[in-house]
Amino acid sequence: MSSGVLAVSMIAGYLGGALVACMFSRGRLVRWLTAAGALVGGASALALAGAELTGRSSGNLHVLGYLARPDLGGPQQYVQVLHIVDPLAAVFLAVVGALAIPAALYSVGYTRAWEGRRSLRMPGAMLNLFLLSMSLVPLAGSIFWFVLFWEGMAISSYLLVMTEADEPETVSAGNWYLGMTQFGLGFILAAFFLLLPPDGSGDFTALAKHAATLSPGLKSLVFVLALIGFGAKAGLVPLHVWLPSAHPAAPSHVSALMSGVMIKLGVYGVLLFGLRLLGGGPAWWGGLVLTLGAVSALLGVLYALMEHDLKRLLAYHSIENIGIIFIGVGAGMMFLSYGLPELAVLGFVGGLYHTINHACFKGLLFLGAGSVLHATHTRSMEEMGGLIKRMPRTALFFLVGAAAISALPPLNGFVSEWVVFQALLGGASIPKREVAVLMPVAVAMLALASGLAAACFVKAFGITFLGIARSHEAEQAHEAPASMQVAMAALALACVVLGAAAYAMVPALGRAVAGLGGLPPASAVTVSWRLSVPLSAPGAVGQISPLSILLGLVILLAAIPMALWLFRASRALRVSDTWGCGRIAQTPRMQYTATAFAEPLRRIFAALYRPTEDVSVDFHPESRYFVQSIAYRAHIVPWFERYLYDPVIDRVIAWAARVRAIQSGSLHAYLTYLVGALVIMLGLLMLWGR
Amino acid sequence: MPLQTGYTVAIAQTALALLLAPGLVGLIRWLKARLQNRRGAPVWQPYLELRKLFAKEVVVSSNASWLFRTAPFVVFASTVAVAFLVPVLAAPLPFDSVGDLLVVVYLLLLGTFFLALAGLDPGSAFGGMGSSREMTVAALSEPTVALAIFALALGAGSTNLGQIVARTMADPAAAVSPGYLLAFGALFVVTLAENGRLPVDNPATHLELTMIHEAMILEYSGRYLALIEWAAWLKVLLFFSLLGNLFVPWGVATVLTWAALGWALATLVAKLVVLAVVLAVFETRVAKLRLFRVPELLAVSFVLAVLAITVSFLVR
Repeated sequence: MSSGVLAVSMIAGYLGGALVACMFSRGRLVRWLTAAGALVGGASALALAGAELTGRSSGNLHVLGYLARPDLGGPQQYVQVLHIVDPLAAVFLAVVGALAIPAALYSVGYTRAWEGRRSLRMPGAMLNLFLLSMSLVPLAGSIFWFVLFWEGMAISSYLLVMTEADEPETVSAGNWYLGMTQFGLGFILAAFFLLLPPDGSGDFTALAKHAATLSPGLKSLVFVLALIGFGAKAGLVPLHVWLPSAHPAAPSHVSALMSGVMIKLGVYGVLLFGLRLLGGGPAWWGGLVLTLGAVSALLGVLYALMEHDLKRLLAYHSIENIGIIFIGVGAGMMFLSYGLPELAVLGFVGGLYHTINHACFKGLLFLGAGSVLHATHTRSMEEMGGLIKRMPRTALFFLVGAAAISALPPLNGFVSEWVVFQALLGGASIPKREVAVLMPVAVAMLALASGLAAACFVKAFGITFLGIARSHEAEQAHEAPASMQVAMAALALACVVLGAAAYAMVPALGRAVAGLGGLPPASAVTVSWRLSVPLSAPGAVGQISPLSILLGLVILLAAIPMALWLFRASRALRVSDTWGCGRIAQTPRMQYTATAFAEPLRRIFAALYRPTEDVSVDFHPESRYFVQSIAYRAHIVPWFERYLYDPVIDRVIAWAARVRAIQSGSLHAYLTYLVGALVIMLGLLMLWGR
Repeated sequence: MPLQTGYTVAIAQTALALLLAPGLVGLIRWLKARLQNRRGAPVWQPYLELRKLFAKEVVVSSNASWLFRTAPFVVFASTVAVAFLVPVLAAPLPFDSVGDLLVVVYLLLLGTFFLALAGLDPGSAFGGMGSSREMTVAALSEPTVALAIFALALGAGSTNLGQIVARTMADPAAAVSPGYLLAFGALFVVTLAENGRLPVDNPATHLELTMIHEAMILEYSGRYLALIEWAAWLKVLLFFSLLGNLFVPWGVATVLTWAALGWALATLVAKLVVLAVVLAVFETRVAKLRLFRVPELLAVSFVLAVLAITVSFLVR
């Protein structure tokens, strides 16, 4: 199929799904048809992106366009709405498509619980429109369409977050989300308008041409504005505050899409500006991105460790992983400016690879968390436990996702983090020593973040799925419906395959960034099937073969029981009680809790968390030797909310209160204001109009 | 032919590592006992322990799931996989390009991850405590390991173990460069932390206040315990081989002849004995640190690592 047909079928699929959803509010068929629209759309998007990435697309694509006269009487112009001019956009389109399919499938089972409780119209229609706008953002070829799709994405996802608006927490999460996303949009618009050429053409090619004529200072301003704007969407620290509340509030398949895909479009935005529009810049751009990435990675995982709400924990991990992606991208930008193109490719490939991988495992984990929520009706890990016995398949899929996000070989998370590590290790060859010295620090921060992520996911999986049920709901949990299981299985398989297929992924991603912003053509990156990427010194390489590691582990896992059998090890097995130091009964309350699990790290990083604890003990009225109950509460200080955002919000509210004085409610007063405003405007026009 | 020989040697060195590991731990225990004026169990005691455990029945908690029964196999398999990558006898072997030092570190983390999950599975307080502490120590030792890798990669231009060995052999002066010495120190501290040795953890006790690793595997018995113990002993041997062969590579066979391999075996045993003596003396001299002092130890080694790398950058 040609690219044009695929693009049309993608748009038609999503719009069809949205239309069906608008017409009916309930019923099994409508749930399936809504999902089918998204499935068609997602599959088409994936095929379209795949054709572009493997070099089989039918040329540049002008799917939608129209003839326009920019000013009346001038010549007619062809205005592009959508186009794929570079494979970089295709990478992000592929991520949208790849996650749209399982998310749509999952929604069929997940929304069944809403039947009779709430209308399926809005969530179904918005899901499709959300997917459509996310697919179109990377295809947009001019400012107007980019901003239109970007806002479509923001508004549809806001409405999806508000699906369960009957809870006050959700409303607050939605407000934060809307506030931050519009804040970011302001910066993005400012960045675009500074790039606008004199003839007013918003086409990206024209912007790039105009950008080349700008002064370095102005270019840097544009880049910083874009980084703030897109960083707010990506969830970079300190612009991340909306993310841990908005992502968990949404229905789980939407959380998966927001965390897996939407925030990645912030990465796309930074790449769009940094490479395609501005064509690379001074080293400090990359250094800034790298620093923000490293800080986000570390703070994201540190806050995730303290979180006992399963979905909020996952949301904080999105901040961590966005940080890892930005470490790769930032390192790439730095290497580019220091004239180390091969390492630059390695950095960008690491970032993009992690983008794809994170979409897979974070999507999987959010879907898994959704299944747990669906089964237990709670997000608090302290009320779960023992779910592996009642939800064996969900548990297995979640375990795969947890291992992948913890960067354990041979899964995909390890491979992409390895590529980022290799890029940073190569950073030793940056000619400026005082800059090169920063590389080991970045390496150590990345290593600490990945170690802490492993600790965090032992907690997340162990407390949720292992041990004994801590509540009645957890005891009564049931396995997720088939459609949800299939969706999770597909993503779990993708985590394994994307890791093993590194030898195909790395060259494809190398092609995706080739030639952008002064990067060398694809042929410069030599990739054998062992994924050998050139390192700093000539002739020396870091090599791994994820596929061999996978096969080796499988062979060893099969060989050990065989060896045990061969050497006649005992096969006797007795099931008995857990050893309890002479205690007779074991209750769920004797287990370690999530809070207890994270306690050592809370103490170690006390300077950051500033933990406060209140313990109140109720004694038995007869004797103080018997304790009736203990209440324990622990809090940590949310730094950014308290010291950065709260003062600003207070100030805004105070100003708003002052402005309220002009709100008299009298129509005459308002008419006076109107006339006054008009007079002032005319006056200004007379002053500067000439 | 050379490739086939390479694979044979790789498999043989893994088997050898598995065979030597209990003896090495027995030697460390015996040395410690002698240093502490005890008679101590014979050096071959761990072999007898393994034989006994493999013959015994397994008792599994009624709360435990399939994960508890799978974890020993994952732990053993990941540690044996590491044995294929580490230059125990010869370098570079054909498996060298399958995984580098980062793979070694993360494969070991894979084992720790599953063991920590298995500690939570039976729902006992001890297991959870052990898991929590083990993961804390593992996470905090990651940055130090990463810096050690950075220092080695800086010198050798590669993270692959065979390459590092080859580079150091070709350029002996590198072995005493600040980066290498620092990486050695950092890896030594990590060896203590990762293998649950003093002053981080006490491998000889089951006391609630000291235990990390032992608390985590408290529920294991029989063949499962045998696999976990053997994997832990193998891990000690592999860390010793890394310390011995990456920083003092002389003796490692670079050609696959009987003479070279025999010499490699002899030097390996000598290096292991030296490191065992160092560890035994060290463990006899130091006391167990409080759990919340352990991060300070790791932080000190980390800061030293950063400083030394910075210095080696600036004097380059």
